[in-house]
Amino acid sequence: MQDKAKSPMSSEFSVVGTRPVRPDGVDKVTGRARFGADLNLSGQLTGAVLRSPHVHARVLKIDVSQALALEGVKAVVTQKDFAPQVNSTTAFGEGTLNLMHMLTNVLAGDKVLFHGHPIAAVAATNAAVAKRALKLIKVDYEVLPHVIDVDEAMALGAPLLFPDMITEGVKPAPTTPSNIAKRIDIVLGDVEAGFKVADVIIERSFKTAPVHQGYIEPHACVATVSEDGQAELWVSTQGHWIVRMLCAKLLGWDINKIKVTAAEIGGGFGGKTVVYLEPLALLLSQKSRRPVKMVMSREDVIRATGPTSGSSMTVKIGATNDGRIVAGEALLKYQAGALPGSPVGPGCMCAFAPYDLPNVKVTGYDVVSNRPKVAAYRAPGAPISEYAVEAVVDELAATLKMDPIEFRLKNVAKQGTKAAYGPKFGPVGMAESLEAAKASAHWRTPLGKNQGRGVAAGFWFNIGGETTVSLVLNEDGTLGLTAGTPDIGGLRASLCMMASEELKVPLEKIRVQIGDTNQLGYNFLTGGSRSTFSSGMATVEAARDIKKEAVRRAAKLWELPEEAVEWDSGSGSVRPAGPNAGKHTPMTLVDIARIAGKTGGPIVGYSRLNAHGAAPSFACHIADVEVDPETGKASIVRYTAIQDAGRAIHPSYVEGQYQGGVAQGIGWALNEEYIYGTDGKLQNAGFLDYRIPVASDLPMLDTIIIEVPNPTHPYGVRGVGETCIIPPLAAISNAMSMATGVRFAELPMSPPKVLAALDKARAANTAKM
Amino acid sequence: MAKHHVQTTINGDPIEFLCDTEETLLDVLRNQLNMTGTKEGCSTGDCGACSVTVDNRLVCSCLMLGVEANGKKIGTIEGLASGDKLHPLQQKFLEHAALQCGVCTPGFLVASKALLEKNSNPTETEVRYWLAGNLCRCTGYDKIVRAVMDAAHEIRSA
Amino acid sequence: MRYEAPESVEKACQLLADDVGHARILAGGTDLLVQIKTDVLDPSLLIDIKKIQELREINTGSGGFRIGAAVTGAELKEHDGLRAAWPGIVEAANLIGSTQVQGRATLGGNLCNGSPAADSVPALIAAGAKVVIAGPNGRRELPVEDIMVGVRKLALTKGELIVSFIVPPRPKQGGDAYLRFIPRTEMDIAVVGCGVSLQLDADGTCTFARLALGAVAERPLLVGDAAKALIGSKLDAKAVDVAAAAASAACRPIDDKRGTKAFRIKVAAVLARRTIQIALDRAHGKTGTTH
Repeated sequence: MQDKAKSPMSSEFSVVGTRPVRPDGVDKVTGRARFGADLNLSGQLTGAVLRSPHVHARVLKIDVSQALALEGVKAVVTQKDFAPQVNSTTAFGEGTLNLMHMLTNVLAGDKVLFHGHPIAAVAATNAAVAKRALKLIKVDYEVLPHVIDVDEAMALGAPLLFPDMITEGVKPAPTTPSNIAKRIDIVLGDVEAGFKVADVIIERSFKTAPVHQGYIEPHACVATVSEDGQAELWVSTQGHWIVRMLCAKLLGWDINKIKVTAAEIGGGFGGKTVVYLEPLALLLSQKSRRPVKMVMSREDVIRATGPTSGSSMTVKIGATNDGRIVAGEALLKYQAGALPGSPVGPGCMCAFAPYDLPNVKVTGYDVVSNRPKVAAYRAPGAPISEYAVEAVVDELAATLKMDPIEFRLKNVAKQGTKAAYGPKFGPVGMAESLEAAKASAHWRTPLGKNQGRGVAAGFWFNIGGETTVSLVLNEDGTLGLTAGTPDIGGLRASLCMMASEELKVPLEKIRVQIGDTNQLGYNFLTGGSRSTFSSGMATVEAARDIKKEAVRRAAKLWELPEEAVEWDSGSGSVRPAGPNAGKHTPMTLVDIARIAGKTGGPIVGYSRLNAHGAAPSFACHIADVEVDPETGKASIVRYTAIQDAGRAIHPSYVEGQYQGGVAQGIGWALNEEYIYGTDGKLQNAGFLDYRIPVASDLPMLDTIIIEVPNPTHPYGVRGVGETCIIPPLAAISNAMSMATGVRFAELPMSPPKVLAALDKARAANTAKM
Repeated sequence: MAKHHVQTTINGDPIEFLCDTEETLLDVLRNQLNMTGTKEGCSTGDCGACSVTVDNRLVCSCLMLGVEANGKKIGTIEGLASGDKLHPLQQKFLEHAALQCGVCTPGFLVASKALLEKNSNPTETEVRYWLAGNLCRCTGYDKIVRAVMDAAHEIRSA
Repeated sequence: MRYEAPESVEKACQLLADDVGHARILAGGTDLLVQIKTDVLDPSLLIDIKKIQELREINTGSGGFRIGAAVTGAELKEHDGLRAAWPGIVEAANLIGSTQVQGRATLGGNLCNGSPAADSVPALIAAGAKVVIAGPNGRRELPVEDIMVGVRKLALTKGELIVSFIVPPRPKQGGDAYLRFIPRTEMDIAVVGCGVSLQLDADGTCTFARLALGAVAERPLLVGDAAKALIGSKLDAKAVDVAAAAASAACRPIDDKRGTKAFRIKVAAVLARRTIQIALDRAHGKTGTTH
C-alpha cells in the first residue's frame, strides 16, 4: 500500500512527480557500475593498515625496518610522514573539523585511543605480502587504563584520553582536565517558571547504544601520484571536494595537485563524509610511485569507522491538564568516541523542535572515551535526543489520558513557531503529517494480542551549501548534465527530471554524470539531505541559463533585440515575443544547438551558488509491534512513515528514503549496538553479531508523502533523507510500552533486556497482589 | 607452492585460471577475471553481496575457494541479461526503484533468480526468508520484495 | 596452504594421519574459511572431502537414513523422505546461515566446527543419531552427543574423520522438532536451541522422548531429566512443565554478546515447551513448518 504523492500543484508539472527508470539503473542491475573497490590500475599495489591491539596505550616506538625490508613491500607510512597539524576546531557542514584530530584518527601519534586505531600503513605487491609486512612492524606500547561508558568517562577519576582537555563552553573555564570536550546550552524562555504552572511533570532517564551506518560497501579507494606530484584519487565518498580538501591539508599539498573522482558509492548514510584510507593511499602512492588500492574489511569498518554516538540522557517535560506543554528540559551526554566531535549540538537543537514550546532548556555534553571516533549518521544526533523526548511526550499523553496524536497536535510546531535553537519556522508540515497519521487506515486498524501501536514525531533541519552544476547543450540538441554531489540513492534521476521539466526536453535526451573535482567548481558533500535540494536548485538555474542563452541566440539570428524574443515554456522553444517582432518560426533547443556555432559558439548552462533556504522536514510515524511475552522478542507487524517532502521529484526514491530510514531506525531500536567486553574490545565487529535488519525481519513499510512546498526552492524541494530515521526509535518504544504495559528507557530493546524488564514488572505485580 | 590450475564455465564461457589455495572464488572473479559485478561486503558470508551460482546452487563466492570451482558451472550477475534484453528481475528492479546505492543489487538479483528457478510463485514470506542472507541498508527491502514478486508474476504469465 | 581433494575415505584419513602441521577438513567451508580469513586458524593443509561419493549421499536402506557428512542443508531439504521422517533435523540444518550458506554448509561441518550453538546437533541428538567415524584403524560409531566434548573440542583422534550420520527409522506415532531463539528472524547464531523427538503409543502416552539443548553449555546437552518427565505421561501441561523446568535446570550458560545467562535459562524452558508441542503435533500426524 503506497499512497501516491499528494501534490496540490501537480498539474503544473509533466515530469516532476512521475516515476521514470533512473538513468544509472541499467549499470547497477548488470554489474557494470563501478564502485570504490571496482577499479584496478596498471602496476597497482595493495595497501593495508596496522591497527592497535590495545584500547588505550602510549606508543613508545614504531620500528618499520623489518617490514620495509620484506620483498614486495614498496612503502610504509606512519604519522610522522604527514604534515604537522594545528589543534583547533572550526565549524564544518553538519559538524566541526579539527585537523589535528582528523590526522590522529587516520593514523595514531603518540597514543592509541581505541581498539583498532590505525598506527601504520604499508603498500605491497599483493595482499598476502602486505599482511606479512604488517606483522613485521614492531610497536612498543605502554598500556593505559581505558574507559568505554559515557557516564563513567564523565566521572571524577576516569582515565583521561587527553591530559590537557579543558571543557569548552563552560564559564569560568574548569581548571582541571576531563573527558568532557564541550558543553552546549540552549535556552528559550524560563523552564523553572514553566514547570511551576505544570499540572503533570514527567522526568525519565535514557541510554542508547552507538550504532553503525552499516553501508554494505566498505571504504575503498585507489590513489596514484606521479613523479611530478600530480595525484588522482578514485574513492567511494559522499563528498569528493571534501576528500580533496582534507587530503591536501593533511598532506600539506596544494589542492590543485589532487583530482578526486567519486566512484559509485555503495551507501554512506553520513559515514563516508570524512577520510580514513584516502590520505594513506595517496602518501603510499607518492612514496612508491605506484597506484595503491586500499579496501577496508568489514571488521575494520565496524571497529574503526564512525558509528554514531551512544548516549545517556534525562528528559523532563511538564504539561497542563488541558494538554499544553509548558516546559521541556533535557540533559544530553553524547559519546564522541576517542576524539571530540559528537553530534550533541544538533541533538540539542532538534530535541524539542517538533513542538511550539514557550520554555525549553537543553544542556549537552560532548564526551570522549576509548571507542572509535563517531561520524555523521543520518540526521546526526537527532534520533537520540528526539527518541528520549518522544518517549516522555508519549507517557505524558497517556498520563493525561489524551490521544498521542491529539496531544502532539495541540503542541505542534507550525509556521511562525520560534524554535528553541533560534529560527522561526516558515511553512512546515508537522501538523499535516500528524493529521495524515490520524486519518490513515493504519491508525484505525484494531491490534492483535500482545501488540501495541506507537507514534512519534521527527524533525531535521536540512542544509544547503555550495554547489556547482553545468549543463551542456550538445550539437544535436541533447544535453549533458554534470553535478558534483555524489548520487547515493537516485539523485541523477531527480536532477534529470528537473532539467527535463524546465526545458521540456525528454529525459532520454539528457545524460547525467557526477563530475570530478576538476570538472566543476566546489561542491559541498551529499549530506544534510542537501543534494536534491542544492544540486536541484543549481540544475534548474543552469537550465534557465540555457533558456536565456537560447533566447539570445535566436535574437541574434533573427536580428531582434533580446526583449523581442521569449522562451515558450509550453512547447520548450524560443519564439518572437509578440506580433511586432515579426514572423519567425519558433526554434527548439535542437534548432538552437544547430546555430550555436554561428551565433557565438558553444552553449553551456552553468550555476554556482550557495544554496540558502533549506527547509526542515517533519515526520510522524506509526509502528505496530508484537512482543513475545515469554522471550521479550519484538516484531514489527505494521509500519507507516508519513513525512513532508516539500515536493517529491521522483516519488519512488522519496518513498525509498522513508523506508530505508525506517529500517535503520528499527535496527537501532531493537538490535543494533556496539558490544564491549570488560577489556574494552569490541566483540561484534561483523554483520553476524552487529545485527542490522534482514528482509524477513520487516513487513512492507508504508509511506505517505506530504507536500508542503519549500518556498525557497524553485520546485518546492525539502530534503527527505534524514528525518525518516528519527521517529522509529520512539514509535517502537512507545508501541512496546502499549503492548506490554512496561516503559522502556534503553536502546536497543534487545530480547534479554526486554524479558528482564517484563519479568521485573511481573514480579512487582505479583508482589502487589 | 605452485598455483592450482582451474577450469570452469562462467556464464556459459569456458574460463581457466590459476589460483593459490587461499584465494576465494570471489577473489578470483574480481581480481583476476575483472568481473567486478560480484561485490564484497563482508567476506564472511553474512551479507550476500557476493552471491553467485555454482552448478545452479546459490552460494556466497567469498565462502568458496577458487580451486573448488574446478569443473563447475558458475553464474554471476554479468550473465543475467541476454543480449540487449534484461532479465525480468533486472527490469522489475528498475521499474520498482528497488535499488538506491545499488551495491547489494547484483547479489539480490542472483539470489532472486535462484529463488524463482526453484519456486516460480513464492509468497512474500518465502521471498523474505530466501533473501534474508542478502543485506540491503538503503531500501528497507520493501521495493525489492515487490520487484521480485512482480518479476515472478511476469515470468509466470510469459 | 596445501589443498587436496581425495576421492576415497581411506585417502582422506591417510592425509590426516600423515599431516605434521595443522590439517583441516574442508567440507562446506562456511565456518572454516571465515576462521582462516580472520586468523583464528592457519591450516597447512586443506582436505576437501566433497569428491568422496560416500560422503555426498543420503541412503535410505533398512528404514533409517545414512546421511553423508558432506551433504548440505539444501540437499537435506530436497530429500522428500528425510523431510517427511525427520522434519526437525532438516529444519535445524536449514536454520544455519542464509540460503547461500545452506547451499554449502554440511551436517558434518556443523558438528565438527565444535560450536555449542550448532543448530543441527541438538536435533540429531534428539533423534538418537549416530556418527560413523573412519580412521587409520578402521571405522567406529559414536552417538552424536558424544562427539563434541567442549568448545571446539571433538572426541576424534588423529587421522579420524566423520563419514556419515545414521538416523534411525522414524518411529510410528513419532515426531521431532527443533526450535532456536535468535534476536532476528534469520542470520543469527542460536542463543538457545532445542531439539525434541517423541514417540506415542496408541492411546497417546509418550513411550520415548529425547530433548537436547544447544548454546546453553560448553557443548550441546542431552537432557535426560526432561525425557524422564515426558515418558509415561500424556504430555499434559504438568509433564511438559516439569520437562521445561528440567531443560532450564540443565543449562550452564555464560553471559556473552548473544545473550545473558538468565535469559538463556529462562528461554530454554520456553523453547522446550514450544518444541515439545510441535513434535507432539507431528506425532499426531499434523504437518507444518516452523516459520
